[in-house]
Amino acid sequence: MTELKGLYTLWLREVKRYLRNRTRILSSFMQPFLWLVIFGVGIGSSLRGALPTPELTYQELIFPGILGQTLLFTSMFMGISVIWDKEFGFMKEILVSPLSRFTIFMGKMLGDSTDSLIQGLIVIALGLVLGINITPIAVLLCLPVMLLTTFGLVSIGLIIASFMDNLESFGAIQSFINLPLFFLSGALFQLQSLPTWLQDISKLNPLTYGVDALRHVILGATWQPLQVQPLLIDIAIVCIFDLFMIIAGTWAFHRMK
Amino acid sequence: MRPIIETNQLTKKFNGLIAVDKLDITVEPGENFGLLGPNGAGKTTTINMLCTILKPTSGTAKVNGYDVVKEANKVRKSIGLVFQDPSIDDRLTGRENLYMHANLYGVPASEQKERIENILKLVELEDRANDLMRTYSSGMRRRLELGRGLIHYPKVLFLDEPTVGLDPQTRAHMWKYIEELKEAHDITVVLTTHYMEEAERLCNRIAIMDYGKIIALDKPSKLKETLEGDVILVKANNLEELAKLLTAEFGFKKIRIVDDTVEITVKQGKSLLPRIVEATATQNIFVESILLREPNLEDVFLHYTGRGIRADSGKERYGLGAMKRRRIK
Repeated sequence: MTELKGLYTLWLREVKRYLRNRTRILSSFMQPFLWLVIFGVGIGSSLRGALPTPELTYQELIFPGILGQTLLFTSMFMGISVIWDKEFGFMKEILVSPLSRFTIFMGKMLGDSTDSLIQGLIVIALGLVLGINITPIAVLLCLPVMLLTTFGLVSIGLIIASFMDNLESFGAIQSFINLPLFFLSGALFQLQSLPTWLQDISKLNPLTYGVDALRHVILGATWQPLQVQPLLIDIAIVCIFDLFMIIAGTWAFHRMK
Repeated sequence: MRPIIETNQLTKKFNGLIAVDKLDITVEPGENFGLLGPNGAGKTTTINMLCTILKPTSGTAKVNGYDVVKEANKVRKSIGLVFQDPSIDDRLTGRENLYMHANLYGVPASEQKERIENILKLVELEDRANDLMRTYSSGMRRRLELGRGLIHYPKVLFLDEPTVGLDPQTRAHMWKYIEELKEAHDITVVLTTHYMEEAERLCNRIAIMDYGKIIALDKPSKLKETLEGDVILVKANNLEELAKLLTAEFGFKKIRIVDDTVEITVKQGKSLLPRIVEATATQNIFVESILLREPNLEDVFLHYTGRGIRADSGKERYGLGAMKRRRIK
């Protein structure tokens, strides 16, 4: 009971902090907007007629990818932000509390994932405004898919942060984790048309399956012939990855001083 | 009565460097126990081991009857902690920080409101409780942290340098709070400090720590008694000569040079003052000033370690300004 309450408390703290940071919420519009409107329209015009399915515009193809990218960048950033907690000492207050490290990890993870989810919903709203066809059912189905995708990603951030003492290496994380995961997820293109070596690497990327699942949900039957895996297999892979990362994260928090 | 804290050969090494060396301390319930020592003496490392933040390299420690390694969770429930560095969430309000703490420690929801309002009253932060912590001054943050450490009614409250970095006025206030909190909640307080006045004012017993070891442990008054007498401070143009001369002339045993002063500990200081001046006059040593005072904990520390507690700021410590300040308090 105490553990559950602690979990809720830690979750609530993350969400409160996020919602109080208006600038972050506002700025979260900007990146997906640029990708969808400028990159999406720009590349879409150059590729006219060369897309794998005539029913899809390039913007529609990359929309689930940009959604995945938003989840990735937000999750990683939120996870890494544990370094702030360490730097400002708040982490100590949590670590000496009677809560188990598993609860502490899960509280942080669920809280940060919720923030990512909100960020994702903002992108969906943006998509609707831009005229991308997303049915209400698709929006509902996006929620669990986004959550499952973000769990593992937040965990990566939390684990890295538990090993780091300052934010100076944040740039390195951007170059070595965020961008490779993003580019190798098929967010901006359709995997089947890639050279085999690139396909093989992409298939090792957990985000690939998150993006694929989002495409299944948002694009519906149109996506099936182009899929990486069927929806349920995507979800299963994402779940296994989450589970693995949660175990790793609990371990990482155990060894954190 | 069963001791509330008991350590047995408690040791912590960092990469071969011994931070805490076979520590044996016993703290009785209700006591105010002080760990006094210069920076790097091992005070915080000791506290961190007692609070289960650090694992001892060897030896054992029990807090409230629980082993700090094997029963870490029970220890955590028994203790309150005010860290040396701030540990609050500055994007939450004061009240939110307190509620969060209450939830982390499993304080029943029905009691939370009452406890938190009482604590806020005690540390005089009621009117600011709904403001974000980032708008608080450092003294106010410290007060909130102090109050926070008590919300779950701990048996032992650890205060790691509770007033470091605070102005003298706020520090005096903090002392008052600590005394009041103790009075109201009947808890054992363990505090580390390198402020002598703080240790003297707040602690029933003081352990003087240096290089990871306890070099003296007693009541502040007893510690001072071990010095048996007065301290004479002489400033002169040639300290080496002066010390040599005085040793030859009067046979002083406890005489040393600290910064720009010769310090002599003697049983009866008063009658010696004119004789010291007289002796130096014939030897071409010019005495700038000569002072007599009661020994304080600083002298005790000097006595046991052979150096000042704040070696990095030794000059200021023995300046006349510091003396005056001490007297005003």
